[in-house]
Amino acid sequence: MFFDQQKSVMAFLQHFALLLALIIVFSTSCKAVTLEVGSVEVGYNDSSKSSATEDTSTSINGSTDGHAPSVISTLPIVTWKWHHIETPYLVALWILTCWLCKLVCELNHNVTSVIPESGLLIILGFILGGIIWGADKAQTFKLIPTNFFYYLLPQIILDASYCMPNKLFFSNLGAILIHAIIGTCWNAATVGTALWACYEGGAMGTLNIGPLQFLLFGALISAVDPVAVIAVFEEVHVNEVLYILVFGESLLNDGVTVVLYNVFDAFVALGGPRIDAAEIFKGIFSFVVVAFGGSFLGIGFAILLSLLTRCTKHIQIIEAGFVFVVGYLAYLTAEMLSLSAILSITFCGICCQKYVNANMDEKSVTTVRHAMKLLANGSETMIFLFLGVTAIDTEIWVWNTGFILLTLLFVFIYRIIGTFLFTWMLNKFRLVPIEVIDQVVMSYGGLRGAVAYGLAALLDEDKIPEKNLMISTTLIVVYFTVILQGITMKPLVQWLKVKRAAHSDLKLIEKLNNRAFDHILAAVEDICGRIGDNWWTRGWNRFEENYISWLLMKPKARKNRDYLFSIFHKLNLEDAINYVSEGERQGSLAFSRSDEAANVDFKKQFGSEFADVMPNIMVDMSNYELGIEHFSVTSIVKDTIPSVSLDIHGQDRKNAMDDINAHHLLQQHLYRSRKHHRHKYSRSHFSINQNEDEVQEIFQRTMRSRLESFKSTKMGVNPAKKITKHHKKELTHKMPNGHPDGTGHLYGDEVDIAVGSETGAINSTFMRDTYTVGAGIENPVFLPDMDSPTHSPPWLMETEAVAPSQRAQRRLPWTPNRLRRLAPMRISTCSTDSFLMADVSLTLEEHEEHSQTDHVEMRPVFD
Amino acid sequence: MGSTNSTLLKIPNVEVLMQETGFSPAHIIRLHDRFKALDKEGRGHLCPHDFGAIKELAMNPIGDRIIGAFFSPGKETVDFHTFVKILAHFRPVDKDRPKEPNSPEPINSRSNKLKFAFQLYDQDKDGKISRDELLQVLRAMLGMQVTDEQLESIADRTIQEADLDRDDAISFEEFRKSLEKINIDHKMSIRFLR
Repeated sequence: MFFDQQKSVMAFLQHFALLLALIIVFSTSCKAVTLEVGSVEVGYNDSSKSSATEDTSTSINGSTDGHAPSVISTLPIVTWKWHHIETPYLVALWILTCWLCKLVCELNHNVTSVIPESGLLIILGFILGGIIWGADKAQTFKLIPTNFFYYLLPQIILDASYCMPNKLFFSNLGAILIHAIIGTCWNAATVGTALWACYEGGAMGTLNIGPLQFLLFGALISAVDPVAVIAVFEEVHVNEVLYILVFGESLLNDGVTVVLYNVFDAFVALGGPRIDAAEIFKGIFSFVVVAFGGSFLGIGFAILLSLLTRCTKHIQIIEAGFVFVVGYLAYLTAEMLSLSAILSITFCGICCQKYVNANMDEKSVTTVRHAMKLLANGSETMIFLFLGVTAIDTEIWVWNTGFILLTLLFVFIYRIIGTFLFTWMLNKFRLVPIEVIDQVVMSYGGLRGAVAYGLAALLDEDKIPEKNLMISTTLIVVYFTVILQGITMKPLVQWLKVKRAAHSDLKLIEKLNNRAFDHILAAVEDICGRIGDNWWTRGWNRFEENYISWLLMKPKARKNRDYLFSIFHKLNLEDAINYVSEGERQGSLAFSRSDEAANVDFKKQFGSEFADVMPNIMVDMSNYELGIEHFSVTSIVKDTIPSVSLDIHGQDRKNAMDDINAHHLLQQHLYRSRKHHRHKYSRSHFSINQNEDEVQEIFQRTMRSRLESFKSTKMGVNPAKKITKHHKKELTHKMPNGHPDGTGHLYGDEVDIAVGSETGAINSTFMRDTYTVGAGIENPVFLPDMDSPTHSPPWLMETEAVAPSQRAQRRLPWTPNRLRRLAPMRISTCSTDSFLMADVSLTLEEHEEHSQTDHVEMRPVFD
Repeated sequence: MGSTNSTLLKIPNVEVLMQETGFSPAHIIRLHDRFKALDKEGRGHLCPHDFGAIKELAMNPIGDRIIGAFFSPGKETVDFHTFVKILAHFRPVDKDRPKEPNSPEPINSRSNKLKFAFQLYDQDKDGKISRDELLQVLRAMLGMQVTDEQLESIADRTIQEADLDRDDAISFEEFRKSLEKINIDHKMSIRFLR
């Protein structure tokens, strides 16, 4: 134990030392470089300049040193061009540093389980800031509001809103809006006035702040930060209603805060005496316009985005990018129109997600999801780190004990009062009241974050002389809430026994019943004759389905987007992945060929009783998969091996003969992509080596074989029987003779034409499937060669002996027959080739026994 | 208040009804008004076609099942008491109400709500949701977009999830177990019945 701990601590220290070394090297090198170039202190702030003078100084340096145009005595082989790349280089370095810090934070889970990551990052930020301070003796890097609001915040908000659980959000929308809008106004007003009252009462000494400035400060400090909240609450796993309340509130509350801030800012600019009733009314009106205008703008952009993704089929590679670009544009446009940018991007994300996800290719959806998480997580890391770095600055720290402590107190108290007050009002109307414990957590979860700091840093020093006091107070509030409340949140939640999120697996039956409940409730409301929530929900759903989806969704996506079905699909995919990974974990990809494997109950519930259940399923399958029973029925009867067992060895011994057959079948009938000399790299396609023709060809082959099996069943062949050689004779006699092969030929010809000259070599493969060939040759493997030697593809030549070689024993991986059960809808034409498996058994034995006569008949076709 | 009392007095055994269902007088009166409005011919009871006259209900995919739930087997009519008792399933659970130790289980308890949902599936009343019964509900709810084949596999999977004794059917116990994680009080309650 002790050693373990020591080891992990050592590892941690090692990594940390590495990081520190990196940082030191980095900051000193910056310093060295700047000195070497002989510039004035280059005040570099995050990614762009804060003051014009510094800008000019760097550009001057750049022109003199970087280009070195005038006097050179000899041709320089390499030159030192720091000023060319300074800005992007530093940005990249900082991003790297921030992410390395995150890496360090996550190294030890014992630490992150106590201190939330956001708090750790701030603390690391202190350290980094200290290093920079030590090197530069001034604050060279800090979080600049412009960068924060334009480059770091949008993606976080977009991510939060795009991944918002919509149903939960909208079903709690009332509570969220009340808390976000009225709650924020309440916080701003009460904190502002209370501080002002204390100031008048003499608690803070003399400060140059008027009541309006206090209100402005109250507005900016009331921004509950979604970044901080999510960071903390994600680790706590509270129940979903509480989560959505806190999360939704913090998200919308940011937008509201910014609006409120702007209104008060305008009031401050206007000056106290000139504010009359009309101005106040205008202020309120502006608040409404800005907030709702921003939201509607966002919805507009969401519609635009959904429409765009309707027609991006041909540029799948970049369609994922549209989400980001349009989302960002929604943000910037709102900013341009002085509407609420945060609300705009929030509603853009919330409204578009459903349609965008349905319209885009599945891969693009994944891309969007991952890229969004990357951006959001990345910038979140940077924000917290810089919140720490920013603190190390002598300039901004103005201490006023009264002001700071009172702010902390009021922020905390009024948050609690507000939460309880509004929840009490809400509970009168809610179906499921918010419990007192949840209210405590909600009020405790009012973490302030970078938005508050950004707004404080945006303050105009001319109008607000005590700007620095406000900044330092804001920073202290941020540190206090993020670090202290963040640390104590988890114990609090545990101590209060807050209902946690019940982590449950996705279950079809739950989803099914949820839908049934919706219908039941709607029906009961109808019977009661009252218009209730469910009536509205249903009305909206109907409207959405009939009009909005029609407008915003691809017809194709609309068609198969039933929710229950998509759940089913998702479950199946999971199962398939689990199945494969389980197989691999057991050291072999060699899947059992028998159909039991196909119907493995992945949760291992069935265990040994599997066989009881199997026949049922098999019968179902037999409806559409004719030939399959040849395998399945026999194997069920023969094998008593538990279903879940992927252990192939037991079955190997028994089915050696089957294996040999399977080997032939695989050799001959699995599709082999021919070697094409195509480009290995393409910028616009992933699947570069997939040819349209090839897909077409596989499809044709599959269809053809199914047609054959269809024909054979129509003629009364019962494939469900175990096909022995005796049966076989009958069957094969019947097959070619009882049916004119005209259709078959025709079809074959068509295929050839469709496939074209390039795929001519495959002819033999087509024919070999169903037409018997090769006079008197017993071994089917050699048949194709006899068939049309010139055309037969090289890989067929290789196939030699029938000995159960290594390859023969390798079991068939997921044949589509099996996958079919897993995911009936999404099977692509490419993989259906092995449907042949089903039919081939018939044809193979045809080959063996009755070839002569048929051959004569068939021959002309090949020529 | 006078009119309230006079309406209440018209309903026989109203005290018992209120006790059993937990509805307030205001609820009872409202439901009584609704009952009378549905009972167009004034017979004092409702027939299936009275329910069928509700337009929205006719469009509900499982509407006929819900109507069926109001009628006990073999009966063609439902009187006001039964009507109210069935609607009482959807009353939200009130936590403040003190629980009397030996009082019978209230109609709006979790398991009664579940039973109501269960009987919508279990049309032949054998205490089990068979595959066919499930398929019928699925077909009604999923509509045209899903093929029969897909429906069947969904039904199979659903049964597989819940079926503990592997009889290829879902008994009530299995039904309840499989929905353990769902907040039934939340999902099967209507706000205005509180």
